[in-house]
Amino acid sequence: MENVYSKTSPQNSNLSPKDETIKFLLDYSQALSVIDCNKWKFEALLN
Amino acid sequence: MNTTIPSDAFLVNAYINGNEKALSDLIQRHKQRIYSFIYSKVADRDVTEDIFQDTFIKVINTLKRGAYNEEGKFLPWVMRIAHNLIIDHFRKNNRMPKFENNGDFNIFSVLCDDDLNAERKIIKGQVEEDLRRLILELPEDQREVLVMRLYKDMSFKEISDQTGVSINTALGRMRYALINLRKVIDKHNIVLVN
Repeated sequence: MENVYSKTSPQNSNLSPKDETIKFLLDYSQALSVIDCNKWKFEALLN
Repeated sequence: MNTTIPSDAFLVNAYINGNEKALSDLIQRHKQRIYSFIYSKVADRDVTEDIFQDTFIKVINTLKRGAYNEEGKFLPWVMRIAHNLIIDHFRKNNRMPKFENNGDFNIFSVLCDDDLNAERKIIKGQVEEDLRRLILELPEDQREVLVMRLYKDMSFKEISDQTGVSINTALGRMRYALINLRKVIDKHNIVLVN
């Protein structure tokens, strides 16, 4: 049988991130607060 | 009943103003497209997951800091962030190439540990011991040449000088030594293979 030298392209239909990833992002967003202080912006992650 | 779907710009604004649910809606709306885009470039689910997460961390940071100024172009903006992170990923991997196994090729088929394991070391020791005993059974002149050639790594010229026989005689003795060894091995069905 002949060799196939081309790479198989990844199947990218119906691809979605894991639920944990989305949950992490939403939790991160809730925990992150940006504090404005005299032109400076501080990021604070609150657990 | 009002069923109009809020625009991206509306959701971005809502999120900037503290509505966390708006971020969830934005992610749900675009997750498949962004994830597929990343996967089409990196072709690895774990790396895709990481880049997807890093992309949205940048999005969240930028929006929360109030640094977002591309109203109405949310998706292209996120795609650009993802694209830049994909480039970063490939740059990093070029500096430190990573081999991964896939269906077609297994890196361990060309990389292996050549050291003998404990069992093979024992077998090797036994084979060498058996061979040494067989060599002791050879006639003195043949044994002498074989030991000089194989164990002392001497050339036939050196063997000839040391034993005082011609090179041809040394070669002949070596030949008979090997023939005799084979004969004994065959006769006693000795297996000398590791």
